[in-house]
Parts: sequence; C-alpha cells; structure tokens
Amino acid sequence: MTLDLEMEEIIKVFFEESFEGLDAMESGLLTLDATADRETINTIFRAAHSIKGGAGTFGFMEIAEFTHSVETLLDEMRNGMRAVTPDAVQVLLQSVDVIREMTQSAQAKQPIVTVGADALSGELARILAQKGPVAAAPVASAAAPAAAIAAAPVVAKTTPQAPIVVALANISGWRIEFVPDLTLFKTCNDPLRIFAELAGLGRLEVTAHADRVPPLQSLDPTMCYLSWTVVLHAAVEHTRIIEIFDWVETVSRISYEPIYLDAKHLESAAVVARAAPASPARPATSPEPAAVPVASPAKAGSDAGSIRVATEKVDALINLVGELVITQSMLGRFAEKYDPEDLESLRRGLIQLARNTRELQESVMQIRMLPIGFSFNRFPRLVHDLSRKLGKKVELKLCGENTELDKTVLEKIGDPLVHLVRNALDHGMELPEKRVAAGKSETGTLELNAFHEGGSIIIEVKDDGAGLNKARILAKGRERGLVEPDEQLSDEQIYNLIFVAGFSTADTVSDVSGRGVGMDVVRRNINDLGGHVQIFSTEGVGSTIRIRLPLTLAILEGQVLRVGKEIYVASLVSIIETVQPTREHLSSVAGRSELFKHRDSYLPIIRLHDLFDIEPDSRDIAKGLLVVVESDGRRVSILVDELLAQQQVVIKSLETNFKHVPGLAGATIHGDGTVALILDIPGLISNFLERQSGRVELAA
Amino acid sequence: MAVTILAVDDSASMRQMVSFTLKHAGYTVVEATDGVEALEYARSNTVNLVLTDVNMPRMDGITLVRELRQLDPYKFVPMLVLTTEAGQDKKMQGKQAGATGWLVKPFNPEKLLATIAKVL
Repeated sequence: MTLDLEMEEIIKVFFEESFEGLDAMESGLLTLDATADRETINTIFRAAHSIKGGAGTFGFMEIAEFTHSVETLLDEMRNGMRAVTPDAVQVLLQSVDVIREMTQSAQAKQPIVTVGADALSGELARILAQKGPVAAAPVASAAAPAAAIAAAPVVAKTTPQAPIVVALANISGWRIEFVPDLTLFKTCNDPLRIFAELAGLGRLEVTAHADRVPPLQSLDPTMCYLSWTVVLHAAVEHTRIIEIFDWVETVSRISYEPIYLDAKHLESAAVVARAAPASPARPATSPEPAAVPVASPAKAGSDAGSIRVATEKVDALINLVGELVITQSMLGRFAEKYDPEDLESLRRGLIQLARNTRELQESVMQIRMLPIGFSFNRFPRLVHDLSRKLGKKVELKLCGENTELDKTVLEKIGDPLVHLVRNALDHGMELPEKRVAAGKSETGTLELNAFHEGGSIIIEVKDDGAGLNKARILAKGRERGLVEPDEQLSDEQIYNLIFVAGFSTADTVSDVSGRGVGMDVVRRNINDLGGHVQIFSTEGVGSTIRIRLPLTLAILEGQVLRVGKEIYVASLVSIIETVQPTREHLSSVAGRSELFKHRDSYLPIIRLHDLFDIEPDSRDIAKGLLVVVESDGRRVSILVDELLAQQQVVIKSLETNFKHVPGLAGATIHGDGTVALILDIPGLISNFLERQSGRVELAA
Repeated sequence: MAVTILAVDDSASMRQMVSFTLKHAGYTVVEATDGVEALEYARSNTVNLVLTDVNMPRMDGITLVRELRQLDPYKFVPMLVLTTEAGQDKKMQGKQAGATGWLVKPFNPEKLLATIAKVL
C-alpha cells in the first residue's frame, strides 16, 4: 500500500514538473520568434525531453508518443539542421497546448483524448518532411509514431462497467454522473436521446453542469461541454441503465450509485461500490479511468476554492497573532484587579491592541492579494497568436506584473482585459504597411501596465495604433440616434459612446473581436467590481484604456455621510467633490427635476432623504451639502446633511444577511455597533435617471 | 557494506522514481540534479555506481561521465547512462566518454535492477 502511495506522490511530482516544463516551453517558444537563441531552444528541448521520458515511464503513452514528434522537431532545430520558422514555432506552440490538455486529463485520471494530437501530428509530420539538409532520417522516426497515433482509437477505451448488484427492494433509484467526452457529438450521440430513454424507466431529475463551458471566444460549437447529474427515481436493475449508456460509454465518464431507501444501507452501498471491479482504482500507474467516482470536472482543471500563499505572508500573520496574544494577556490582567494607577498602562495596552488589530487586518488582506502577473501571463501567447492571424507586427510590453490585487478582482478582470487587448490589436493596431506609410515603426507596441494609485489599482491597455476615429464614432452615434444632430460632445463623451451596447464602427466584422458586442460588457464587468474605465486617445498616435479597480472587494475606502439620524457610506472613488450650494446655482425644470449648476453643466439632484424616506435636518438644498458623484461618465449630485470622516469600512453583504436593496451596495458596522448602509452609486444614478422620464442633460 | 548509487537527473520525478526503485532493492541512493552537482559530490565522496541522465542543464551526462573518469577513485566505477536518447551517435559519444552501459527510457525497474546487478 505504501508503495502505491509513494508512487502516487512521484506521479504528482511528474505532473507539476510537466506543467512547469510546458510553461517554460511556451514562454521560450514565444521569444524564439525574434532571435533563435541556441540556449533557449535547448531549454525548450530539454523540457519536451523530460516530459516524454516521464510520460513513458509513468505509463502515459499517448503523451509520450506525441511529445516524441515534438522533441524530434526541436532536436533538429537545436542541432541547426532546421531553421526556426514562424510556421514551425506556431505548430510547436499548439503542440504545447495539446500536451498540456493531455497531461491535465491524465492528472484528472480521465481518458486521454488524442483528437488534438492526431490533428497536430499531421502538421508536425508535414514540417518534418519539409526539405532540410539532413531531414530524411528523422522524418521516418517521426512519421512512425504519428501513424501509430492515427491508427489508435479516437478516445482511450474505458473498461466496460460491471453491473452493480443490489436488492431492488432496498433502493429508490439511481444517481448517475454523466461526464461525456468533449467529442461526444462527433460520435453521433445525443444526450437527449439517453435522457428520453431513461425517463421511460421512471421520473427523472437532470442537473446540467456548465463548468466546462469555456469563454465564448474559445467555444467550439461542435463540442459537448456540458455534463449532467441524473437522478432516476425508479428501482430498476443496473443493467437496464447500463444498456442505455452503452453507446456512449467509451466516450464518457459515467458513474452509477444506487440510492438506498434509508441511511442504514449506506454502509452496504459502500461495500457494493468497492466490490465492483471498476470502482475507485488504486493509485494506478496506468490510468484506469473507468469509474473513479467522478469528482466535479472543474476540480481537475483549476482549484478555484484554494489559494497559494507565499510562506512569508503566513509567517507574518502568525507573528502578528503572537503579538496579539501577548497584548490580550496584558490587558486581561486589568479585568482581574484594576488599580486606578494602572490607567496609563491600560491606555498603552489599548493603543498596542489597536495597532495589532490594524496590522493583522492588513496581513489577512495580504493573503488574498496576488500579483497581476497571473492575469498578464496569458497575453504573450494571445498577442503572438492574434497578431500572426491579423498579419500585424506587435511587440507586447508588460509592466508592473508584481502589482498585487485581490484574488476575486484578479479572476474577474481577466476576461475584460482579453477583450480590450483583442480590440486594441484588431481595431487599434494598423497593418505594417500602413504604419510605415504613417511614418511609424513597422512593429507596433502594446503595453499592459499595472500600478497602485491611492487605494486603487490602475491597469492600462495602451497601444500606439491608429487611435479612435472621433468623427466616425460621432457619425455613428448620430446615425443610431444616440446623439442629437446639433449636440456638441466632449472627447470623453464621444469615446464613451463605444461602451453603448451594440455600438460598432468596424466596417467589417472580424472573428477576432466581435460585432460591437463587448465593450458594454467590459464596462459592466468592471463596474460590477466597483471600478471604472476611461479612454484616452489621439488619432494617429494611439489609445489608452485605463481601468481603475478597488484593491479588494472586502474593504471600501469610504466617505461617511449623514442624513438626519442616518449614517451612509459612499465609495470615495466615485466622489468628484462636495460643494455647499448657493441659491443662484440651483434651478428646477418645470416641476420635473431639480438641477444644480456645477461648473458649466447642470447636474440632477438626488435627495437621499426622499429616496430612503427619512427626516433630514433641513429640506432646503442651500442648507445642505451636495456630493457630486460619477459613474460611467454620468454625474449627479446627492443631497446630504453633513460629511463625516473618511475611513476604510469592511463591506458586509446585504444579500447574504438580508436581501438586495436597490441603491445600496452593502452595509458596514461601526465601532459603536451601529450599522451604516453603503450607497451603490452606479445603481443610484441609473435608477434615478431611469425614473426621470425624458432626457436629462448630463455632463461628462 | 551498503552499495551507494549516485542518481543524476534534472527531472525530479525521474530522480525520485529511480531512487524509489533502487532504495526498495536495498541500495543507498544519493541524488544530484545535474552534472555539476554530481561532480561536486563525487569529488569529496565515493560511490559504487553512477546512474545519469544525458540531457541536463549546466552539465550533461556525457560530460559528467568524461569528467568523472578522469578522477582517480572513479577509474573503475560503473557508470550507466539512463536516457530517452536512442541515437547511435549519442551512444558512441557516451562510450567514448567512458560509460559502462546504456539504458533507454521509458524506464523499466526490473531491467534497471538487472543491469545494475550485472555491472556491479
């Protein structure tokens, strides 16, 4: 038994090492474009070599065979027998993807699908067959495994499931985990047929799992990304269910579990499961995918629920907790025997406690902080692939990869960033000829830059392309009726038009960045994170998209406000300024809305006391304060009685503890135990403007 | 006296795998991650057998064998090269450098142990 456990550990090391190797291959291949440096090729070769060796040793023959062709190609490049062509690099990059996928399947103990490998083997063989000084011999050796792979069945066969024998009187039905291979449809199988047949046996509950569905850009409509948990409420023999799944068994992971009538049978259930030959395979050297009880497929790929934390961060935390314990015991003494003469040391203790608490809070927050590099990592590859596809020359510069931000924010900012980068490459960056004609360097520069500013993180996507065409955007805006014919807009207002849903000025729709679907989603995603987007652009020089995000979603830099007896908190980021209005700056439009003249524009006034139905100090606007806030380039002013402190507040979710309330983003608890509500500024603005019928003059 | 084997491989999983097999067969194993590390160890310690991978950063297995052969205590120590390289020219290079034997991955524990038993 320990032997198996030890082997399992070693295989784990193999997987880790392989993924590291694949990463090294990928980043190496990406730099190979510019200069074919011998040491880089060597490093890439060594990585492929190790993966092949390990895969063969640990019984992942599909991986070993495919990697062999890759290695052959790399070996020839390494020996100078073959030139490093962009074409070959591209195929090698795709090979890295395929090997990674196969390795992931192997790690998840799933059958290794060789569809991708089969397709690429042809490509590799083609490149290997291309004339090279001494290319004849290696071709033969590479063609052989390719042929072997092609001859193999498309999907590794699973051992047929042995029927689970149970007394029908004891069970109420079956729980079936059905995880079809992505290629299910290609084998001409339809899950609906299966469900219909199962429903013929009794009542059926089907839960679909969408966690394998990739983002839209990478979705292949011919793939079956869904998987299902099926509960069949019918006491039938296992064999009858197996029959139904018979056709798809070889291209799916299916596990069956009888549902017993009462709990005391659970134990015998376990026995049955163990007795079945294909049940939880021992840590196996050869992957035995048959009926390893299916862990959720998402678990295999990413460990969304966990976080890898640098040891120093944990050490700092432990250290702080230690100090806190000391402070606590010091203060604890006072509870037992208090002498007024001790007042000074009590005070000192409390100061220390406050400091400990603050540091502890910072430290704990640190644990959730990850460098944005995790998100930036994918871009070298993306930019490489895309610019190749578009026939553009682009150099990617990454700055501030070590800038840290909250894990949740980090995860959610990935897709919007991908979208912005795609847009910059597709629409912003010009073709090389055009750049040269415009007197620019042939190669464009795309810069991703991250840095901290105040309590926020700023991420910039900056290109030196053509810039936004203001005239065209404005014309399109007029055409769509978004802008009145005689209306004058500032640059910022014009740029903001591209965030309107369905807005696109692209003459031709490409498959790189879509049909104007997207920028609105980008902005919404960023707003959902409590951030906002700004565009700077100069025609002919380039554009910069600037995203400002809060460092964390757990803590808010807040401005505390008072209306009557109620306390509210507004996010400091959304506040432009606060003014004491004078009467000459106030006006009202024919009983519809009240406006406040702020600089050169008129802002609607939201009376918070009306909105939340509370009694203010005064209903006279001139006696209150107007807080000018902004979201999505729209500004309004909010009437409050008083500004209190600016402070960090811990956000407590209203949804979890109560229910969603329009206009409120959450709540926080003050030091004295009272609850203050946090205003949802973007929500307030949208709601308010929607309720106002007719057009409201808004300033950007 | 226990037989000590110096296992050299840059891949941690392969190293552990070799070392796992050898330890279970009763050998004492010293691991090194590349030629440089192995050479350093070998200079101040003696081992009864060297088992090395070929492709490694810093110093490859063939160079390691060549360097070791020049050290007096290693003139007659068996050295096996364990690698996925099956090319004839590499084998030749290995022989010329002074390798005792050649084992091709994928790794087969029985074969490894049999070969070791043969050369010791």
